[in-house]
Amino acid sequence: MEKIFKRTTGLSSVPFHYCPGCTHGIIHRLIGEVMEELGITEDTIGIAPVGCAGFCLDLFSCDFIGAAHGRAQAVATGVKRSLPEKMVFTYQGDGDIAAIGTAHAVHVAARGEKITSIMVNNAVFGMTGGQMAPTTLAGQVTTTSPYGRDCSTSGRPIDLPKIIATIDGAAYVAAVAVDCPKNIFAAKKAIKRAFQVQQLGLGFSFVSVLSTCPTNWGLSPVDSLKWLQQNMLPVYQMGELKVPEEVKSL
Amino acid sequence: MTKVLIKGNEAIAEAAIQAGCKMFFGYPITPSTEIVEYLSKHLPKAGGTVLQGEDEVASIYMCYGAAATGTRVMTATSSPGFSLKQEGLSYLAANELPVVVVNVNRAGPGLGGLGPAQSDYFQCTKGGGHGDYRLIVLAPSKSQELYDFTMEAFDLADKYRTPVLLLADGFLGQMMEPVEIKKRIIADLPPKDWITDGCRGREKRKIASYALSNEAGEATCLKLQTKYEQIKEKEQRWEEYKAEDAEYLLVGYGTCGRIAKSVVLNARRQGIKLGLIRPITLWPFPEKAFASYKDKIKGIVTVELNAGQMIDDVKLAVECRMPVHLYSRQGGMMPGENEIFNFTAQVFDWSVAEEAITDGKNI
Repeated sequence: MEKIFKRTTGLSSVPFHYCPGCTHGIIHRLIGEVMEELGITEDTIGIAPVGCAGFCLDLFSCDFIGAAHGRAQAVATGVKRSLPEKMVFTYQGDGDIAAIGTAHAVHVAARGEKITSIMVNNAVFGMTGGQMAPTTLAGQVTTTSPYGRDCSTSGRPIDLPKIIATIDGAAYVAAVAVDCPKNIFAAKKAIKRAFQVQQLGLGFSFVSVLSTCPTNWGLSPVDSLKWLQQNMLPVYQMGELKVPEEVKSL
Repeated sequence: MTKVLIKGNEAIAEAAIQAGCKMFFGYPITPSTEIVEYLSKHLPKAGGTVLQGEDEVASIYMCYGAAATGTRVMTATSSPGFSLKQEGLSYLAANELPVVVVNVNRAGPGLGGLGPAQSDYFQCTKGGGHGDYRLIVLAPSKSQELYDFTMEAFDLADKYRTPVLLLADGFLGQMMEPVEIKKRIIADLPPKDWITDGCRGREKRKIASYALSNEAGEATCLKLQTKYEQIKEKEQRWEEYKAEDAEYLLVGYGTCGRIAKSVVLNARRQGIKLGLIRPITLWPFPEKAFASYKDKIKGIVTVELNAGQMIDDVKLAVECRMPVHLYSRQGGMMPGENEIFNFTAQVFDWSVAEEAITDGKNI
């Protein structure tokens, strides 16, 4: 019998280690499929973050480098400047890229660095056990905001794609979610366009993906998806924030 | 043999180009800024890239990325900037990535001052960042050595797959001296069969330093320590000056080693058997230099531009078998040879004619 759906060649055979219901797995698959469809897996170097996705360097089929917390985009810059013909992407959580790595996030965009960054936003620091992140919603309970995020002392959530979209060197910026099949298709399209922007050398490309963290949110996988839809989607600006003409027709 | 009159920092930069450095990531900071300036002008003409990072942290991680592709890469900074690079240096050491780092030591702590200092000795030689690692640390004392050691640093980094530090000071970086611009001699180095440059036609590779199992973590630590033991055995370097028959020794590196030579000459003129050991590798510290002296020397004075940091390594090297004293200037101040001589004469109770003490320029 013909197999009509199989594991993408962009992913390795290493089993995922993520918690049940975590959407990292979906996002990994989308990136793997995009690399396979573009035929770039063997010409791509990925940069892993510190956090739950720190082990993703074993999960993809391409070469991978583990960075320090927040530094993936600086490492990616060094790789891309050395190998301008190769594809380079970073895979980072919101705590990684929007807190400790913010300076690099702004400056890779300012330089129009020809890399792709994928930010997975689950509104908490997942790996360390669900602490408040810059993306934590107002009133959201985490282990370091046990009474709910108090905006008068901890500020309001950062919407990083909106910031990055204001920077000239950012060629492509999109904010997507992986809460339902329709949005997953849109997320894949955005990730593909981000890689195509890099292939065309148009500048920095950035995709933020709203994601779930059932373990640290204390919700079932299904309830987590609902929580994302009800609480995160209204807060964060969604859709393609910046699209260069060159990829619109692709 | 042609020599050019060149600033110390420029000698470092030119040596990097000649050594085949293709990537430089840096951030301006006095007194090392001429390195990034010189390379910005000249490295692109040699087919390389200079990128000014958003900060020192970005710069060291850009080096990390470039080194992971097998590219020869360097960064340069000065003390406060060197502090910011410590996290990255720890990652470079853990992932065994060859990067050449220059620290043109200025006075500290805090913002400190722009004058020369050796106050980063501990930070440079004992690890500096988190975890158990060492950098190979080379300490030049003149512009020609800034040039030669920079070139060699790239080979050492590739040979041992480890970050190598060139430790100068503000005086050496800013001073102009004639330098012979030597061509690179291609060394026999191990193949870079570990780089991550895309897995076309081969198995995928990864570069990472994370272990969830303690057993794997210990194995990684032991592997690093085995390498460090090899480096300790093979790479200790130093210069001896009139030490063979000496009864007393001065020990100083970099600029201090240079001034100490004049002190030795003065002492010899007066019949005092004073010699000098000038450490060239600060890590590994040249313990071997002291092996033949530890039973026949009456005393040692270390000359340092800090509150006494290298003195600990000297005491260990001689197993505290004789008095070891410190002559120290700090905060950007440089000792004159007369003050070193007077101090040494005093602590060892030499009877010397007052008029014999000079502050001449002998070296």
